[in-house]
Amino acid sequence: MTVRVQADLFDAGAELNDFAKDRTDVGAVVSFTGVVRDTAGDLSEMQIEHYPGMTERAIGKIVDEAVARWDLADALVIHRHGALKPGAPIMMVATAAAHRAAAFEAAGFLMDYLKSRAPFWKKEITAQGADWVAAKDEDEDALKRW
Amino acid sequence: MNVMYFAWVRERIGIPQETVETNATTVNDLIAELRAREDRYEAAFADISALRVALDQELSDFDAPLDGVREVAFFPPMTGG
Repeated sequence: MTVRVQADLFDAGAELNDFAKDRTDVGAVVSFTGVVRDTAGDLSEMQIEHYPGMTERAIGKIVDEAVARWDLADALVIHRHGALKPGAPIMMVATAAAHRAAAFEAAGFLMDYLKSRAPFWKKEITAQGADWVAAKDEDEDALKRW
Repeated sequence: MNVMYFAWVRERIGIPQETVETNATTVNDLIAELRAREDRYEAAFADISALRVALDQELSDFDAPLDGVREVAFFPPMTGG
């Protein structure tokens, strides 16, 4: 299992190629990459703040739970912080399991929990000014399906 | 104890963290003490429903005891992913 919290850019393709590559018991690899989206066409950057220490612990707990629940062969979470430009990758999740259902479900679980339970906060800098992104009720509701 | 603030809570209070000498027994008691200090704390803690709290880096509740806690963090609901 790998958890990385970093300011640096990552290469999602290279990460995925390396992920679980030596495991011959894996039949399914699922990945998700989150990207900075320019919702209204005037985003200059997205600033991501986090809580060093708690971030790694919280993600580690979420990953441990996913691994145990879906019997994953491996799991990867990379999440960036700092100032990111539109189109830049924010984070990625990859899961490896014997079968695809477990890999897909575990990736969905990880994404839903990272969204609402990992201590990151997004701020959008646009032509109108700077605004903290508000958490959505639907993101909290998404946790109930697990 | 070390008290930390993140995102707009940090911006409203104006500092990322501070050492607080307190005899507060619960998070709610600590918040009441902080609110009584200055307007910027009152502004940050006016609506508790818009806040979350972590005790020693674990999400917690506002009525949780502070006994033995070394680090308290206040922040808005998280927006990761």
